[in-house]
Amino acid sequence: MKRFALWAPLAIFALLFAVVASGLFRPADKVVRSAMVGKPLPDFALPAMVPGKPGLTSASFKGGQPRLLNVFASWCVPCIAEAPHLMRLKTMGIPIDAIAIRDTTPAIAGFLRRNGDPYARIGSDTASRVQLALGSSGVPETFVVDGRGIVVKQIIGDIREDNIGEIVQAVREAR
Amino acid sequence: MSGRSSLALAAGATVAALLFCTAPAPAVAQPVTPPAHYANVQLADPAKEASAKALMETLRCLVCQGQSIADSDADMAADMRALVRERIARGETPASVRDWLVSRYGDYVTYDPPLSGLTWPLWLAPIALLAIGVWIARSSFRRRTR
Repeated sequence: MKRFALWAPLAIFALLFAVVASGLFRPADKVVRSAMVGKPLPDFALPAMVPGKPGLTSASFKGGQPRLLNVFASWCVPCIAEAPHLMRLKTMGIPIDAIAIRDTTPAIAGFLRRNGDPYARIGSDTASRVQLALGSSGVPETFVVDGRGIVVKQIIGDIREDNIGEIVQAVREAR
Repeated sequence: MSGRSSLALAAGATVAALLFCTAPAPAVAQPVTPPAHYANVQLADPAKEASAKALMETLRCLVCQGQSIADSDADMAADMRALVRERIARGETPASVRDWLVSRYGDYVTYDPPLSGLTWPLWLAPIALLAIGVWIARSSFRRRTR
């Protein structure tokens, strides 16, 4: 018993040290993932954002083909960085729809003119309502939605070169 | 002009040029539209506002994460406050608004996590620590009286 009491403080210190060190080398994952992955898209109907391009409803994701749903904004800097990668996904034949968060028509029109326009439809979410319903916690985010309107994957942050493979694979598996 | 002062002048000009170049791009991206009405406006009914406020204090701001949406200035927190107030005004209970958000973001969004397989240590650890404290105190008091 006495021997145990002698070593206990050192053991506790070693345990605490291990806990703190593991937190230092493997910082906690602070990314908030959507709990909607694996569930059907929430019902929504958003008005058109730019003239000549339709708005977005949840019904348009039930057409039998998987689509990407990109959550973006003209005021979002990483959205500019992911624009060329979205264009590439479009040229690969993957249809992309978008929700523009708290934006205006001229700002989005300017953004599309500068960075390219990979979108089939763009809905205007003026109070982030649909973004919250999707469990998205920022811009940009991209959801892969299968042909029955079920969310199969979420990509948080801007799409990079090395995300393209997993997106294409998720779309192929959702077919 | 001495070498040093011309160097300082060049450095100053460089800093000014950098400031000038970076000025048009805002450091923090912000939405171009104003926040929803109820983001920063209280509900007319004081009882409903009180229950909305109490709920907001238990919801995590997803962008800043250490703050509740009641405390945060983040745009997303403003959108979430508006959502909470509108739903409470429509007659929803705070519990159902919380459940709706948890079904979107998981338990992480609430500061009042439900007791589950994953969260039981959170609830039981304080009780266990208290029991250990009582045990240590008891044994050390006993030693003193001896």
